[in-house]
Amino acid sequence: MPATTAEPAVNPIAELGVRLQRLPAPLPMWRAQVDREQWLAAAQAVAAAGGRLVSMWGVDRGAAGQGMLACAAFATPEGLTWLELPLGEAKVFPDLSSTFACAGRMQRAVADLSGLRAEGATDARPWLSHGLWTGPAPLQQSGTEPAGAPDALLPADYPFVRVEGDGVHEIAVGPVHAGIIEPGHFRFSVVGEKVLRLEQHLGYKHKGIERRFTELAPLDAHRLAGRVSGDCTVAFAWAYCMALESAWGCEVPLRAKWLRALMLERERVANHLGDLGALGNDVALAFGLAQFSRLREDWQRLSMSAFGHRFMMDGVVPGGVAVDPAPALMQQMIALCDAVERDVQALRTVYDEHAGLQDRFMSTGRVEPALAARLGLAGMAGRASGQAVDLRCGLGWSPYDLLEVKMATHANGDVAARVAVRFDEVLESLRLIRTLCTGAPRTPIRADLIAPAQATAGAGWVEGWRGEVLVALELSADGRITRCHCHDPSWQNWPVLEHAVIGNIVPDFPLINKSFNLSYSGHDL
Amino acid sequence: MWRLLKQIARTGIVTEPAPALDDAHRVAVERIHADLLRILGRALTIREVDAGSCNGCELEIHALNNPYYNIEGLGIKFVASPRHADMLLVTGPVSRHMAEALRRTYDATPEPRLVVAVGDCGCNGGIFGESYASCGRVANVIPVDVTVAGCPPAPLEILRGILSAVTPLAR
Repeated sequence: MPATTAEPAVNPIAELGVRLQRLPAPLPMWRAQVDREQWLAAAQAVAAAGGRLVSMWGVDRGAAGQGMLACAAFATPEGLTWLELPLGEAKVFPDLSSTFACAGRMQRAVADLSGLRAEGATDARPWLSHGLWTGPAPLQQSGTEPAGAPDALLPADYPFVRVEGDGVHEIAVGPVHAGIIEPGHFRFSVVGEKVLRLEQHLGYKHKGIERRFTELAPLDAHRLAGRVSGDCTVAFAWAYCMALESAWGCEVPLRAKWLRALMLERERVANHLGDLGALGNDVALAFGLAQFSRLREDWQRLSMSAFGHRFMMDGVVPGGVAVDPAPALMQQMIALCDAVERDVQALRTVYDEHAGLQDRFMSTGRVEPALAARLGLAGMAGRASGQAVDLRCGLGWSPYDLLEVKMATHANGDVAARVAVRFDEVLESLRLIRTLCTGAPRTPIRADLIAPAQATAGAGWVEGWRGEVLVALELSADGRITRCHCHDPSWQNWPVLEHAVIGNIVPDFPLINKSFNLSYSGHDL
Repeated sequence: MWRLLKQIARTGIVTEPAPALDDAHRVAVERIHADLLRILGRALTIREVDAGSCNGCELEIHALNNPYYNIEGLGIKFVASPRHADMLLVTGPVSRHMAEALRRTYDATPEPRLVVAVGDCGCNGGIFGESYASCGRVANVIPVDVTVAGCPPAPLEILRGILSAVTPLAR
């Protein structure tokens, strides 16, 4: 472990007597090993302090003689704490889902991928596994390769929860959806048009990303991180690079940090523009789609000119960034911000004044702030339900410490609130982009990374457009990736979508779904 | 309403006059449009199937419907069911979990049917390759007529792929 500085006891977990070690990362992050009692006490202390569970995953450190471990990452206003619970032979860990509801699916995924079970969890159904893999759990280092089942084997039946009652029927949707969308299955239980219950079944896109990481060289694996979820390629590539730089002790040049933030904000704007158009389209305002998709195309073409890729894929690289846009392109980016801002303001007025659109947006798919807090609703959707969390604010990391990001929040938690937060975030990001284009310090854009001759670990934590993404990375003494866990905020938000739909009519589901726009790929891995 | 009309009027038709920067690009789009029109007579229906992509290809396929590429304006339409489709546009390395769904979608598409595999993953498995969870390229699961390389391919490349799939039909 590369760092050993003890921190002052501001973190609620530190107050339990857990010895936290600060990771040398730009954001405040700590790591510690705990026992079973501390594992549960930490979860409760974080919950009591109003913190959140960010992610859970399993690690096999058999090669290092440590056996299997369960890991959890908690966030509090002070920062992120990565806890590890060594499990020995038992391969079970205490359930956290009674403290954090969002732990449920993550624990089921840990069982599927690492073969570790949450003791006392009420839902033990498989989650990511559809019964088509043979051999050991894919992330166990058993010496036997996991394999795919023969083609003739069909996916296992999934025991959906049945809703009984007079006139209740089910609508099954997916995995192949009617639009140009990622695959997943939705099971609606409805009476007439009213949704009584939605149950999701995901995992269709699981393509073995976390195991694939262990086959790639650390200096190449940012490309895989950038393809965990294509729409947040910059966020994941940055989080991966931050984790690697943190593990290997690399200081990223200042200009590279600014250019990374420039790309991250450009990614945020691109996605919000796309979604604002699609949301208009979902309530039959095709004008909105035409206008916003035009803006998005202008935006992506300039990304192509400035960064060599329409989504800026592979723009963030270990040690810095791949491209330093010429001053003329920086000027073009500023000019496009001005043009887009003018149009977005005009379109916002159109949306605000359009009675038909507002009728569909207002009070639809509502998640009250109290429910959002209880279920851990994350990121942009969380902010639209009063959850004031944005890693760009208050954590003092470069370059956001100098940018004074104004967090967008809303209390209503409906589709209209998620639209309003998107509008606010677009406008704020346009402001940030102008500053980032003009103020980026003149330094090199890339530093070399040198692998130390010992096993290392690091974490990367970035506010993507959808919410916080986390990468937890472990490397061996001979410089190979032994474990790379990627977390997308969709893990938190998919279960909340099930709640947001209750009591709404079936035809509003596409609208509610789009207002969250969650990632299937980033979730299924 | 007047604001809406004003915005439309101010935007104009972006599919028409070319900004100087994009001349070559726009000429290519127009030529492909003309070829597609001639061959298809305004009627190609496409069912898009994401069989395991990172969703980058989906974003670019979506972009085909923006006013710059405007393929729906030509009568090339993305449809909701494979039973209405002439062509399957398939992305991703095919995940093990999507293989059966993809096979069934293919079987549900009436003949003559075309399959275009979009993106490096669809062409050769891409960075994900073949594994316990990934069947790799689309052709490992269903027959493929045309592949479109790129990660992800730009909308223009996807248009070219669609055209090269339908060109043999004109003969």
